[in-house]
Amino acid sequence: MSNNRLIVIGGSAGSLHVMFDLLSGLRPGFPDAVLIVLHRNTQSDTGLEELMSAKTGLPCKEVEEKEPVLPGIIYLCPPDYHVLIEKQHTFSLDYSERVNFSRPSIDVTFKSAALAYGESLTAVLLSGANADGAGGLEFVKQQGGLTVVQDPSTAEVSFMPEYAIARGKIDLVLRAEDMPAVIFGPRPV
Amino acid sequence: MLSIIQYEELEILLNDLDTRYGYDFTEYSKASLQRRVQRLFAADKFPSFAEFRYRLRHDPHYFRRFVEEITVNVTEMLRDPAFYRVLRTVILPVLATYPFIRIWHAGCSTGEEVYSMAILLKEAGILHKSLLYGTDINPQVIEKARKGIFPMSQMQKYSENYILSGGLKDFSSYYTANYHLARFDAALGEKMVFSTHNLAADSSFNEFQLILCRNVLIYFERDLQNKVLNLFDTSLENLGYLALGAKESIRFSPLDSRYRQVGREKIWRKGL
Ligand SMILES: C[S@@+](CC[C@H](N)C(=O)[O-])C[C@H]1O[C@@H](n2cnc3c(N)ncnc32)[C@H](O)[C@@H]1O
Repeated sequence: MSNNRLIVIGGSAGSLHVMFDLLSGLRPGFPDAVLIVLHRNTQSDTGLEELMSAKTGLPCKEVEEKEPVLPGIIYLCPPDYHVLIEKQHTFSLDYSERVNFSRPSIDVTFKSAALAYGESLTAVLLSGANADGAGGLEFVKQQGGLTVVQDPSTAEVSFMPEYAIARGKIDLVLRAEDMPAVIFGPRPV
Repeated sequence: MLSIIQYEELEILLNDLDTRYGYDFTEYSKASLQRRVQRLFAADKFPSFAEFRYRLRHDPHYFRRFVEEITVNVTEMLRDPAFYRVLRTVILPVLATYPFIRIWHAGCSTGEEVYSMAILLKEAGILHKSLLYGTDINPQVIEKARKGIFPMSQMQKYSENYILSGGLKDFSSYYTANYHLARFDAALGEKMVFSTHNLAADSSFNEFQLILCRNVLIYFERDLQNKVLNLFDTSLENLGYLALGAKESIRFSPLDSRYRQVGREKIWRKGL
């Protein structure tokens, strides 16, 4: 089991280009693992992996069940499955009911990552039109992780970040361009 | 503040259940179990873990509820239409050459997958010489599967799946609508046998030409996955087919060297 951090980034409507911008700054040798939970259209958007790989300096792959979470890799949740993380830091897939009308659900992954990673988790919530993510962030906070939300005034669709901010105390509310230094840099104390 | 079932507590529960009821969930993927157990614990408003544990150990009825609630029974008719298209065009024509066809749906939940298969067999003209076995660990879903009645609200989606799978008929010709329920043609159900069966504990009960076990292995740890894959191996005739879910594979199991994948779908043929 690694002691590395995990950074989980959740986004829905209007988050894809922010995601691309955030990840574009990452370079080989990056010491942590990144997991992207994006509400996807279940009808084939299979090009996403390649598209994302092309935008970043790190390898990007879809999560496969039971594989270990490795540093320096950007993982994408497959469409139509929830992604869970085991305490020994491996991925599990789950085909249970949708949560907040979503599968993958950001809440589901945030919560399970929080149990597995505790303080070593950074959870980031971006633009979206859905209530997903808010409950998960609360849980991440309880387990000692760092919570970051995109500044709603800079989000293409502000509902999701606004909802999360209204629901609980968030560590950092940031404009997209200010995020990389915080979420990928050394953990603030 | 909600109290969280810790992984250590989960292990304690699972050991209890194994000893007390002979149901071994200790080799299930814990992250999913934790979620389900947490949900049940909250829904039934237990004041503490100790009380939850006590109830589970001493009340067999409550244990039954536990099994019903912690298993993930979500399913769909003709899920992944591309998979069913390959069944239609590649697998069924081979099965059609046999005098008698036995198919096992392991972890069939409420039976949607079994009814999907029966429709394909009927359209291939081989349902009359087929027998479909549907099994699941959860007795409640097996009871539902026997009825062949599914929510009307899903039929639009299933009808789309049906067309995408290569179906040429009117999907609604397979059921009668009764308010919010769709009752499937009894002729389809006649060829089905449903029973409870625990993949983690029970042994092989027949030989099959096709075994489907979709979206079940994702809930098992690797060792249990391999054990179950071996059970399928012993239950499959030579040249028989094994079909798994879209995200499952035999790649890390001993079967890998003796099975050959059929195209790009999650279907493998034994002994080629
Ligand atoms: C997500 S459902 C899959 C249903 C269907 N095969 C599909 O893909 O749509 C998983 C099923 O596996 C069953 N299951 C879990 N553990 C099992 C075991 N040890 N033996 C048999 N069935 C099991 C559950 O009760 C549940 O109905």
